[in-house]
Amino acid sequence: MRHHRPTVTPLLMLRTLIAWSVTLILFFPLGWMALTAFKTELQAIAVPPLMLFEPTLENFAIVQERSDYMHYALNSLITSVSATILGLAIAAPAAYAMAFYPSKATKDVLMWMLSTKMMPAVGALMPIYVLAQASNLLDSLFTLTVIFTLSTLPIMVWMLYAVFKDIPKEILDAARMDGASLWQEARMVLLPLAMGGIASTGLLCLVLSWNEAFWSLTLTAAKAGTLAALIAQYSSPEGLFWAKLSAASLLAIAPIVVFGWFSQKQLVQGLTFGAVK
Amino acid sequence: MSQKSAPRTLPRLLQAPAVLSLLLWMIVPLVMTIYFSTIRFNLMQPEKTGFIGLENYEYFITDPSFWPAVLNTILLLGWVIVITVVMGLFLGLLTDAPFPGRGIARVLLISPFFVMPTVNALLWKHMMMNPVYGVLAQVWLFFGAEPINWLTDYPLFSIILIVSWQWLPFAALIFITALQSMDREQLEAARMDGATYLQQLRHLYLPHLSRPIAVVVMIEMIFLLSVFAEIFTTTQGGPSDASTNVTFLIFKQALLDFDFGVASAGALFAVIIANIAAIFLIRLVGKNLN
Repeated sequence: MRHHRPTVTPLLMLRTLIAWSVTLILFFPLGWMALTAFKTELQAIAVPPLMLFEPTLENFAIVQERSDYMHYALNSLITSVSATILGLAIAAPAAYAMAFYPSKATKDVLMWMLSTKMMPAVGALMPIYVLAQASNLLDSLFTLTVIFTLSTLPIMVWMLYAVFKDIPKEILDAARMDGASLWQEARMVLLPLAMGGIASTGLLCLVLSWNEAFWSLTLTAAKAGTLAALIAQYSSPEGLFWAKLSAASLLAIAPIVVFGWFSQKQLVQGLTFGAVK
Repeated sequence: MSQKSAPRTLPRLLQAPAVLSLLLWMIVPLVMTIYFSTIRFNLMQPEKTGFIGLENYEYFITDPSFWPAVLNTILLLGWVIVITVVMGLFLGLLTDAPFPGRGIARVLLISPFFVMPTVNALLWKHMMMNPVYGVLAQVWLFFGAEPINWLTDYPLFSIILIVSWQWLPFAALIFITALQSMDREQLEAARMDGATYLQQLRHLYLPHLSRPIAVVVMIEMIFLLSVFAEIFTTTQGGPSDASTNVTFLIFKQALLDFDFGVASAGALFAVIIANIAAIFLIRLVGKNLN
């Protein structure tokens, strides 16, 4: 490949200008929220809007104190991490079998799994609500975890299937010839080779579960509410609250946005089911 | 394969948990929803029960909110798809060629997609669209215009704006990824032959992007049919039904009116619509599976 440093032409300058203007406009709301999180409530609604100010951390303390932020953050963490681990545990064996022992039905099974992902969540709302209520599992972390697992499972199987398919079968065969058991084969040969793919599959599942809002809003209340549900409580105005809302939001999204940056490639593959590479 | 039995039972065993759990996840709610949709089932009137045939369906479809909700769903879906695809193509092409800081710019551009929908919605509702203190109001005042009360006067448009902002990074990301697999030599050759940018766009870029565009349209169709959190946290479907879509209407009937029978009839309606979109996507993805 030839690498040549682009010469500075008027065209390049124009393109740079346009690209950065568009980027800054589109990123503005998020950047503005991040700024507001460090303002006082009065500064947050200043007219004209304040760009320069002395930052304060008090909003973060108030958010924790008033709405018990850590409780919701912990719920988000528990549900999304458990769903990811549980999902990987169920999806990996399935993807392994499909990739290395494909049968005539494999393709159909994959397509069918994909189709379950396309069911609108609201289609399952009434039954899930009734079942959860009957078994005393409304507003429960367990219910939420199971739902998060099931709703990301198709994506995980698909992504892991793609990861495993790229591993030459001969390597596994060789290990088996040497007398490795299935477990040894998976742990000592497959796992090291597929680690990157497994990690990014897990990361995507984590991002999707963390951000899930439909089931959190409809099935949880104070006990099992996730951050998505906590933020929704800020919907109706109560005095001055923009700085606090921003602080709560910033805490809720910062880690996951960073994860998102790292998992963009997998996101494209996972969400398009490999149709775009 | 020499051992005949192992490669048959073991793979099945390994797939069983995934297949069975997804089978349950699909069948049980579907069967229950179908059942609920044919009985009288209101949590507020538990004494009224019994099979009522298609009455719930009739009630759902003749509800004065039904047609507005269908129309809003279509408008929301259509506009967001148009905005995100057109802008996404623009962003993809704009950032395809190198410029200073391209890496950082791309990271900033795709960030909104990783933000949970309730945060997105409230950020816009309060800090951007508030008619007095919101940033948009300040911009309007700066240009000497009367600030707009976005969520009250243009509720559906506001939701379209919020959802588009959130999904634009998705479309852009897909197009950016797809553009990376363009045949650079072919492009170079076209340039050498003096093809204008428009000609390159028409004969090279757009044909290459036609499949990603189709994928984006179908995936957004499936996800945008169920837009919920953005409406729930901003307008609650109002004023009156101005920003109610089918998903929100079903939610209202289920968890605000507690009429699970009618809501179930509506849910089946939503499932059927989603399946129509899904069939096309599955066909397209399936071709890729070989």
